[in-house]
Amino acid sequence: MADIYEDKKLIGKLTARIASALRHPLTIMEVCGTHTMSIAASGLRSLLPPELRLISGPGCPVCVTDSSLISAALALARLPRVTLTTFGDMLRVPAGEQSLQYLREQGADVRLVLSPLDALELAQQEQERQVVFFAVGFETTAPLTASTLELARELDLPNFSVLSAHKTMPAALRSLLGGGARVDGLLCPGHVAAVTGADNFDFVSRELGLPAAVAGFTPVEILLAVAAIVEMSAAGEAKLVNCYKRAVKPEGNPAAREIMERVFLPCDARWRGLGDLPGSGLAIRPEFAAFDAGKRFAAEIAAAPVYRDDPDCRCGQVLRGDISPRQCPLFGAACTPQHPCGACMVSSEGSCAAAYRYGEGSL
Amino acid sequence: MNDCITLAHGEGGRLYRELVEQVFLPAFDNVALNELGDSAVCPAFGDRLALTTDSFVVRPRFFPGGDIGRLAVSGTVNDLAVSGAQPLYLTCAMILEAGLPIDELRRICDSMAASARDAGVAVVTGDTKVVEKGACDGIFINTAGVGLFRREPLPQKIRPGDVILVSGSVGDHGLAVLAAREKLDFRPQLESDAAPLNGLIDALLQAVPETRALRDATRGGLTAVANEWAETSGVTVAIEETAVPVRPQVRSACQLLGLDPLHAANEGKVVAAVPERFADAALAALRKHPLGKDAAIIGRAESGPPRAVLITSIGARRILALPEGEQLPRIC
Repeated sequence: MADIYEDKKLIGKLTARIASALRHPLTIMEVCGTHTMSIAASGLRSLLPPELRLISGPGCPVCVTDSSLISAALALARLPRVTLTTFGDMLRVPAGEQSLQYLREQGADVRLVLSPLDALELAQQEQERQVVFFAVGFETTAPLTASTLELARELDLPNFSVLSAHKTMPAALRSLLGGGARVDGLLCPGHVAAVTGADNFDFVSRELGLPAAVAGFTPVEILLAVAAIVEMSAAGEAKLVNCYKRAVKPEGNPAAREIMERVFLPCDARWRGLGDLPGSGLAIRPEFAAFDAGKRFAAEIAAAPVYRDDPDCRCGQVLRGDISPRQCPLFGAACTPQHPCGACMVSSEGSCAAAYRYGEGSL
Repeated sequence: MNDCITLAHGEGGRLYRELVEQVFLPAFDNVALNELGDSAVCPAFGDRLALTTDSFVVRPRFFPGGDIGRLAVSGTVNDLAVSGAQPLYLTCAMILEAGLPIDELRRICDSMAASARDAGVAVVTGDTKVVEKGACDGIFINTAGVGLFRREPLPQKIRPGDVILVSGSVGDHGLAVLAAREKLDFRPQLESDAAPLNGLIDALLQAVPETRALRDATRGGLTAVANEWAETSGVTVAIEETAVPVRPQVRSACQLLGLDPLHAANEGKVVAAVPERFADAALAALRKHPLGKDAAIIGRAESGPPRAVLITSIGARRILALPEGEQLPRIC
């Protein structure tokens, strides 16, 4: 594959540049599941100096979904008239001893979709079913959920609704990095920035004083952003640089933001491991209440049991970058991808799953 | 949850292996079984007879590139062929759900017959049971197969320095069935590679009788084969990511769904290990056959701890771990 984004010579030059610029041990956090996966799958860590730590923050939308919301989705999936649709790796996230996957094996009507539009289509095809889309994701997937809700209202579909677990990244970062997380630099998520605009991450350098770089997802693009952060750190600078200009504009994608604003309102949201973060969630606006599964099935959700996480699970500290996955007492013993206790082990984007599968590059 | 069988137990990953080691082996313990080969070499017949069986429960029953009938024949034929035996006779047992259209059953049988002709085997006996609606999913098929060893059974042990080849692109079947099952509309359409491999394997073994080991990369894909060889032969199996053939449409579908083509199932691909000096001859023999025209050398065995590693596209090495249970598309 002659791909410049995986070019070995270029990678060699970049790793040499990083090694020579590195003055002292440095911890860089990424907050995007696709970064986690690309770093783990390419074995990138093994090419970097050991004094440079790359850690994963709360960038996997599945991982940060709190068990109270999973409990609500489980309650809906148990209703005989409901078809619950969601993205693939949401199925395995545990809440107590249950998961959507478990309910599916027991006969509940839980289906995988690649897009909320697939769920909408399903609602049109199976009009006797109540089709609920369990929506997770950051600014990357929220615009699509928003446009699906607008379409549902236009079509006046009585049997389609959305359970929103959507969240926004900047509010979480502000709370995480402002709260004294031990991080020296931030790889900003390229997909989120393509919607919000690179400027939206300006506060990381201006307010929090951390060097930051918007990064693409190939090994070369990740290394470019890491090199920029290491060089800024060596020079004592804290700026935001955009290393993913082929996709990210300073102003982002205004059309996507507008549609999100038409359909969603910022709300307080509970993040697994991070707790309640003001203004970090996306609630469905009252104008769309008829399509809000949280409202349509409010009584059923309220009556259902709320499952709690394993008290020994350290997903929270892993998500904050306080500990590496291996430092969790459950890692690899009680908690494995086959029997995950916490969400970080469930999603293939989760930092614990990546560490378990790929050995954190420790060959 | 793990006190009961879950779907993940059937996916050929770690859970499946636990089931074999903790339930089946202790119960049935005997010399022929304990080898855990794709086929059993039955000692009472002077090590000349190979016996295997496989059940087929695929949903949907028809998918681009194949159907449950083609799988039922090629799966069993391939299990015999990779052990080095020549497949001869198959049995066919069917469990039918009341309500299955007879026309559909006829199409499945026609497909089985066509695949059997391709493979040069005969379906010589069978059994039919019908269960009430809801007790099975349309049709479940079991086939058993017997074959004869015309040569010594393959050692199925690989050594440091051995070269590893695959007979063509990986992941075609797994992605085609996933796309058909979840109604994911990919263009161009993904097609299963289901095919009997005995002709291809025969060509390889005639050209390179020194072949050390063969596996058909079914559940768990290439990753499962690499891990199994590492463990049973006590070597490091190093696979070169960029050398593994993957069709562009399979690669894109995997990227979109967050899956790894190396973990995805194949039903018409053989993985071979040969001593280094026979690598070119093996590659040429595979490529000469229509089912092996995209064959490639993809890695080698090294002396080292028993594990599978991937040399990634950027030249880094990482562990190539067994897939964990059911492969699900991830979100972004």
